[in-house]
Amino acid sequence: MAETDGQRELSHRQLAKCPTGITGLDEITGGGLPRGRPTLVCGGAGCGKTLLSMEFVVRGAVNYGEPGVFMSFEETAEELAKNVASLGFDLADLEKQKLLAMDFVYIERREIQETGEYDLEGLFVRLGHAIDSVGAKRVVLDTVEALFAGFPNEMILRAELRRLFRWLKDKGVTAIITGERGEGTLTRHGIEEYVSDAVIVLDHRVVGQSATRRMRFVKYRGSLHGSDEYPFLIDETGFSVLPVTSLGLDYAVSMERITSGIPRLDHMLGGQGYFRASSVLLSGTAGSGKSSLAAYFADAACRRGERCLYLAFEESQDQIIRNMRSIGLDLAPWVDKGLLKLHATRPTLYGLEMHLAMIHKLTNDFQPRTVIMDPISNLSIVASNEEVKSILIRLVDFFKNRKITSFYTNLTHPDQLEETSTGVSSLMDVWLLVVNVESNGERNRVFHILKSRGMAHSNQLREFLITDSGIDLVDAYIGPGGVLTGSARLQQEAQEKAAALAAQEELEHRRHVLDRKRQIMGAQVAALQAEISAEEEELQALQDQSKLQHKVAAEEREQLAAARNADSPEVKEGE
Amino acid sequence: MPNEKDYELRLYVAGMTPKCLAAFANLKKICEEHLEGRYSIQIIDLLENPKLAQGDQILAIPTLVRKLPEPVRKIIGDLSNTEKVLVGLDLRERI
Repeated sequence: MAETDGQRELSHRQLAKCPTGITGLDEITGGGLPRGRPTLVCGGAGCGKTLLSMEFVVRGAVNYGEPGVFMSFEETAEELAKNVASLGFDLADLEKQKLLAMDFVYIERREIQETGEYDLEGLFVRLGHAIDSVGAKRVVLDTVEALFAGFPNEMILRAELRRLFRWLKDKGVTAIITGERGEGTLTRHGIEEYVSDAVIVLDHRVVGQSATRRMRFVKYRGSLHGSDEYPFLIDETGFSVLPVTSLGLDYAVSMERITSGIPRLDHMLGGQGYFRASSVLLSGTAGSGKSSLAAYFADAACRRGERCLYLAFEESQDQIIRNMRSIGLDLAPWVDKGLLKLHATRPTLYGLEMHLAMIHKLTNDFQPRTVIMDPISNLSIVASNEEVKSILIRLVDFFKNRKITSFYTNLTHPDQLEETSTGVSSLMDVWLLVVNVESNGERNRVFHILKSRGMAHSNQLREFLITDSGIDLVDAYIGPGGVLTGSARLQQEAQEKAAALAAQEELEHRRHVLDRKRQIMGAQVAALQAEISAEEEELQALQDQSKLQHKVAAEEREQLAAARNADSPEVKEGE
Repeated sequence: MPNEKDYELRLYVAGMTPKCLAAFANLKKICEEHLEGRYSIQIIDLLENPKLAQGDQILAIPTLVRKLPEPVRKIIGDLSNTEKVLVGLDLRERI
């Protein structure tokens, strides 16, 4: 008992939600519609009321195992089944599985004569029976206002409607009641006064010839909800609402780096390329190779085995593939493998928010890790720059939240290179610029990195080359006349080469001269040595001669002395 | 006698509420007065047979349905206004 009391207390504090299963709607409402209470969905003709309520019931049955009742006052069960078959809903099968009960209420005023007092107990009995037959948790009444056409006594009808909504609450079913939008009121017959919990208004508006569907919560009692208008889409998978403003700046960042597809560019970006989940903006003048650079990035993503979504606003899929082949990049295999999805739409196809809705949906369905938008500047055809900026902010946040690396190209005018027409550059983590420089009768592309958050990056200009074999970035020369590119750069290169050759030759020559000098010196040294040794020999000869003369003289003196008979040795020599 | 029962009437009720009882009493009286011997009345209690509400597209209670003669006519309410009931049953010219 204590436990149930505790649960009751909790449910008092927190409104229980009933997930609709409709993409985006549960995110806006923080979980879905108020459980066990009726919600009014109103809007003009053809704005998607029936579809929204049908999807609520079908998703409830299929995704959440909650059976539902669809009571239609306008279309027969067969008509409804046909209408939603295109969305992949098999109503007959759900009825067979006891997950859905359909009841078509037909009111023909001409057949009915009114006399005396009555109530709508028959409606309650039918609804009650339908609910009991499948154990329904969800109920749709589409649209209950048709009763006003069938019963002339509005007093009784209003009292009965009040009782009906009370009764639905008592039954504990989560209900959607639809109503046609009226003049100055939310619904034509003012039934919003009976539904006090949640009111959703659907709208189908045409701005600048493109229609956008929008949804707004007028009221959601006891729950936080976004009060903005949310664009929504109806396509082959049903309803999807965009939680466009519910994003914040609280995403986690990645330290992982991914290649740009061009080694030289990676080198310029601190050697490793972009951060994963960063946003990259590539600005450039017309024909500067923006799409080529984008295609290289897409190719690099596919090479890593990751899915890449390429949103093209100017060229068709085949055209992109053909054009990229001409620079040696074949994207077709990636498309075939399902890694690359080229989605080409004209910006004018629908309003900006529908584009956003489309991108959200494609992203959710395809789950890419890289998204390329080529080019974002084209979006300003369909909306003001302010609107484009606000959409791009949402997109950048959306992609970052999903850890998707996003790459945007932007066409700039030559006289305002370092600004984007939509002022989005401040949103971007990396901003690259390619400009055409005209000089010496030719146009050449020059590549800059204007910014790159969170990494050391090159401040050098590079020449951007697009050749048959792909893209390359080469050093540009900076001379007195500015940046040299193209043939001027080639000329410069030739000149440098010639100068280097000349220097080499000069060196050779000098070395040769030196060698010869060395040889000559060697010869001279040898000659001098020879001279010295000749003189030495001469000197020796003279010495020998004088010694000999000495000896001869001494001998002669001895002989002379002997001849004189000198008796004593005291006879002095030389006397 | 083929046209003995040429008025086939169904009265849809939901339980024995005062309105339903009044409707039945009023119907019985009108039929006795204007269709003596030419009618049959079937009472259908939707609380017992909720499925039957769908076939005749019943929403209001009580509802009198003239199944025969065709075309089908529906009269809702407790049938307290005899004139209107007679008009609804095509027994009196519509004014």
